[in-house]
Amino acid sequence: MVRESIGIVFQELTLDRDMTVREILEYHGRLYSMPKAARQKRIDELLDLVELEGKRDTLTRHLSGGMKRRLEIARGLMTRPKVLFLDEPTIGLDPQTRIRIWDYVKDINQQGTTIFLTTHYMDEADQFSDNISIVDHGKIIVTGKSWELKNTLGKDIIYLETSDNRAASELLKSLESVKGIREKSKGIIVMVNVDGTYLLPEMMDKLRSEGITIRAVNLKKPSMDDVFVHYTGKELRDSGTEKSSVVSLRAGRR
Amino acid sequence: MHTGFLTIYWRDMLRFVRFRSLLFASLIQPALWLAFFGIAMSNNFDRLTSTLPPIPGIKAVGYLTFICAGVIAMTTLFTSLFGGTVLLFDKNWGLMRETLSSPLPRIHIIVGIGLSGMTKSFIQAAVIMGLGLLLGVQFFEGYTPARILISLLGIMLFIGAFSLGFLFLSAAIAITMESPEGMQAVITLLTMPFFFTSNALYPSNSFPPVLRALSTVNPLTHLVSGIRYFAIGSDFSSIGIHYIYTQGGILVSFLALLAFAVIMFLIARWRFSKVTVT
Repeated sequence: MVRESIGIVFQELTLDRDMTVREILEYHGRLYSMPKAARQKRIDELLDLVELEGKRDTLTRHLSGGMKRRLEIARGLMTRPKVLFLDEPTIGLDPQTRIRIWDYVKDINQQGTTIFLTTHYMDEADQFSDNISIVDHGKIIVTGKSWELKNTLGKDIIYLETSDNRAASELLKSLESVKGIREKSKGIIVMVNVDGTYLLPEMMDKLRSEGITIRAVNLKKPSMDDVFVHYTGKELRDSGTEKSSVVSLRAGRR
Repeated sequence: MHTGFLTIYWRDMLRFVRFRSLLFASLIQPALWLAFFGIAMSNNFDRLTSTLPPIPGIKAVGYLTFICAGVIAMTTLFTSLFGGTVLLFDKNWGLMRETLSSPLPRIHIIVGIGLSGMTKSFIQAAVIMGLGLLLGVQFFEGYTPARILISLLGIMLFIGAFSLGFLFLSAAIAITMESPEGMQAVITLLTMPFFFTSNALYPSNSFPPVLRALSTVNPLTHLVSGIRYFAIGSDFSSIGIHYIYTQGGILVSFLALLAFAVIMFLIARWRFSKVTVT
C-alpha cells in the first residue's frame, strides 16, 4: 500500500505540544503497526541521527523551532519510507539550523530514500536536487536538471537601463547571439547565448551609435531565481503561496 | 485483529494523566456536586418528606442515596459529551493529519476515543461512589461480597454503554465543527434537555405527560435506573416514592443504551468518512 511506503513532513509544525520526543515517535510507529522491538530500535537510531538523544523525555513544547523540525523529519523517517515528502522543511529557520537539516536530508538520501521537496528557496532547490520541476498555479510547467533549466535562459543575463528601452530592445533583437529580451519597468533584460563579458561592450557601442544613452548595466549568470521568474512570469516576492518549485532528490543508490 | 485503536487510547490516556490539574479537577468536580448540592438538597428533602409515613416492609433510603446515582450519571454525561473535544483540537492544530494520513482505519480513532473516555468515566464513577459511601450513601447496603461484585459489574456495563454512545456523539460533533467555542455552545445546549428531563436529581413520576415521554426516551434516565437497580435494589422507597425495578425493565434500559451507542457509532463513522486531509 502507498501509505506504508511514504513519509510526510508537513509545512506547519504538527507536533503534539503535550507529548515527549520519544512519545511522538512511539505514537507514529504504533500508527504504522511497527512491532515494539523495532520501534525502540528505530527511535534510538533516529534520535541519534537528528541529535535529539538528550531531549528524549522533553515535552515538545519546550523544544526550539529547529529541534521541532528535526523531530518531524525523524518522525517522517520512522517507518523507513521509500519516499519522503518534505513541504518547505526549512521555512523560518536560522541559517545554521537550515544547514544542519540539509545535512540530515543528504544523509537520508544517500541511504536510499527518494526525497520530494517543496520549497520557495531557489538556492536550496538548485543545490540539493537532481530534478527540479517548477509548479505554477498547481501545474508543473517545466521539469529538468538545474543546469538544463538554467541553460534555457542562455549563458548570461544582461540588464540594461537606457534612455529609450523600446528602441534598445528592437535594436538588440537583431543580434544573433541574443536569445530573448524581456522588458522590465525601468530597463530590459537580455538573455544571451555567448559569453556576456565580450558581448556587452559590443552591445553598448551599438546602442550608443544609435544615440541611446545607457544609464545602468548589470551582467550575471542565470540563477534558479531567474529560471523561476522566467517561467512563472512574476517576481519572486509577488509569488505568494500558490507557486512553488517542487524538487525531487533521487536516491543515490537503489 | 488490528489493534490501532489502542494507539489512540494510549495517547488520550497519556494526556489525561499528564495534566495533573485537569485530572484533579475532573475527579473533584463530581465529588463536590455530591458534597454540596447533594447534602444541601438532602437536608431539605428529608425534612419535607419526614412527615410522610414510611411504606411498611419497604427499604427506605435518603435523598443523598437517591441523588448519588444521579450524580454519577450526570458526570458520565458531561465527561462523555466533552470527551471528543480533543479531536477538534487535533483537527485545528493539524495533528489529525498524521493520524489520517497513516494506514490506521478511521474507525479506530472513534473506537480509541470511545474507550479512553469510557475509562475516564469508570474512574470518576469510582471516586463518586467512594466519596458517597464516606458521606453515608446507602449503596450496596446489606449486600454479600459476591452481590457487590455483580452489582459493580452491572453498573460498569451501564456506564460503559452510556458513555460510549455520548462519546461517539461527541466525536461526530467534534469532527464536524470548526471552532471549540461553537462546540462548547452546542454541547452545553445538548446537556440541558438530557439533564433536566431525566430522573437524575428528582423523581420523574410527577412530570407532565410531554416531559414524561421525553424522560422515557432519555438515555440518562435509563442509566440512572440501571445504577439504582444495582446499587440500591429492585424495590425501595425514597422521598416518599416507591420504586420498583423489574429485571425485564432493566434489560430494556440496557438494550436502549446499547441501541443508542450503535446509532451514535454509525453517525460518527459517517461524519469521519467525510473528513478530508488538507
